[in-house]
Amino acid sequence: MLYDVPQETLPRDELEALQLRRLRQLVDKVYYNVPFYRKKFDERGVRPEHIRTLADVQLLPFTEKQDLRNNYPFGLFAVPRDNVVRVHASSGTTGKATVVGYTARDVANWADLMARSFVCAGGSRRDIVHNAYGYGLFTGGLGMHYGVERLGATIIPISGGGTRRQVMLLRDFGATVLCSTPSYALYLYETIIESGIDVTDLKLHTGIFGAEPWSEKMRAEIESKLRIKALDIYGLSEIMGPGVAMECREAQDGLHLWEDHFLMEIIDPKTGEVLPEGATGELVLTTLTKEAQPLLRYRTRDITRINAIPCKCGRTHRRITRIQGRSDDMLIIRGVNVFPQQIEAILLETQGITPHYELILRREGSLDTLEVKVEVDEQLFSDEIKHLQRIESTIQKNIKEFLGVTAKVTLSEPRSIQRSEGKAKRIIDLRHS
Amino acid sequence: MKVEQISVFLENRAGRLAEVTKILAQGGINIRALSLADTSDFGILRLIVTEVEKAKDLLKAGGFTVGRTNVVAVEVADRPGGLHSILEILGAGGVNVEYMYAFVTQSGQNAVLIFRFDRTDQAIEILQAAGVRILSGPELYAL
Repeated sequence: MLYDVPQETLPRDELEALQLRRLRQLVDKVYYNVPFYRKKFDERGVRPEHIRTLADVQLLPFTEKQDLRNNYPFGLFAVPRDNVVRVHASSGTTGKATVVGYTARDVANWADLMARSFVCAGGSRRDIVHNAYGYGLFTGGLGMHYGVERLGATIIPISGGGTRRQVMLLRDFGATVLCSTPSYALYLYETIIESGIDVTDLKLHTGIFGAEPWSEKMRAEIESKLRIKALDIYGLSEIMGPGVAMECREAQDGLHLWEDHFLMEIIDPKTGEVLPEGATGELVLTTLTKEAQPLLRYRTRDITRINAIPCKCGRTHRRITRIQGRSDDMLIIRGVNVFPQQIEAILLETQGITPHYELILRREGSLDTLEVKVEVDEQLFSDEIKHLQRIESTIQKNIKEFLGVTAKVTLSEPRSIQRSEGKAKRIIDLRHS
Repeated sequence: MKVEQISVFLENRAGRLAEVTKILAQGGINIRALSLADTSDFGILRLIVTEVEKAKDLLKAGGFTVGRTNVVAVEVADRPGGLHSILEILGAGGVNVEYMYAFVTQSGQNAVLIFRFDRTDQAIEILQAAGVRILSGPELYAL
């Protein structure tokens, strides 16, 4: 099924003509309304009228996450602040959050794209949707929520946490679609079994999973355990939120990126050079219709490739393959984005020093765990157990408070953390091994 | 009247304690007293040794985190109530004991109590006023 047949099946030439028209309007708009972009254009000697074809997008500057931080909080708005009806933000230590604004039309477009994505996954207005994405500043919960309401299906805004209660309501309300991170879906399954509920008593037929990396193996596991079709959704708050790209139920092979609203490129993350279609590299997105905070060539740091083979579902929007990794050191822990530098900032703030540390990620059962190993040097050391335990609990508390992630903090002996060329290897990810 | 104690941070792993004693043995350093405090993932080894400076340097060179703390060594008669009499004096004086450990001297007549206080100087004053014998570093090492 398609939600918006004309747009989703737009012939490629018309789709590209629409993209070019929107790109030129966008470039005009940011040049005259966003000082940050105007400065970047002027530095490169680029003017809006230089954009004549879609390939000319390569003349435009990249936008990085750091640019959003540098313009914290509202510095990249392209409209007056009172036109902005909503703000979302990513987690981060003070002053380091990335903020995104939306006009009423942005919120409406987002709802439309989410409704489109929901139908793409096989949902319809007859469905009851158990939405376990977190509500709040995180875009997951509200993004899904507005899309489901737009379509007219029934949304259960359960949000995260309280898993036993979730399981009970999942059964009692007869939810047919589950939206969550893939690891939470497996955790729900374990809780279903522990609660003595028979999976066949549930009405679920579809799961829409995203916000963290997962694999085909995990998909097979979720599908057989929960007896559903599991589909991959992609999005990021800087660009919009969930619903930037969605896997179709028909092919279940890659995610259609909604090209009428986003222009995609794949680049070499080292050189910034645009790669030919089909090559694997970093996904770069330009928002074609965003009003409040349009972004040019945003470097997502997500590694994927474009699949231009026409899809059997009939949609003409090209697909990206499942995200294969990151081109930076961002970690995704239970759907929460964490940068090692944020942990470092917390250690610095807590202890006044930057000790050697190591982040160890494991998958215990179906949930990700984070262990922060901190080397005890003479500055940190005390001959009293209670002082060392206080250090552990303070770091743990601050990580929870600032990043929203529960971490186990372990103190370790000096030089127990591996170093390569004198520099500590910061991350050991054992989740997919 | 304070005595220097060295403390060593240890992960809870097999063989770590033996590493410490090996370094000290090779350096010809004698351990007068020790105590080991532990949690589920780490421990703190506290040592009174004959050559504090040398022991510390050797352990640091061996890759350990080493701290130095001032503790108070008190000598009491090795008989029932010996420890209690000291704790009563401290309690009456409002001094808090962070931790302590004890050993019996070779003569067998006396016991030595090693104390770590929250307020060390005040504790020494109170003990001295009560006529308790406090050992100096050299006295302790020579036992």
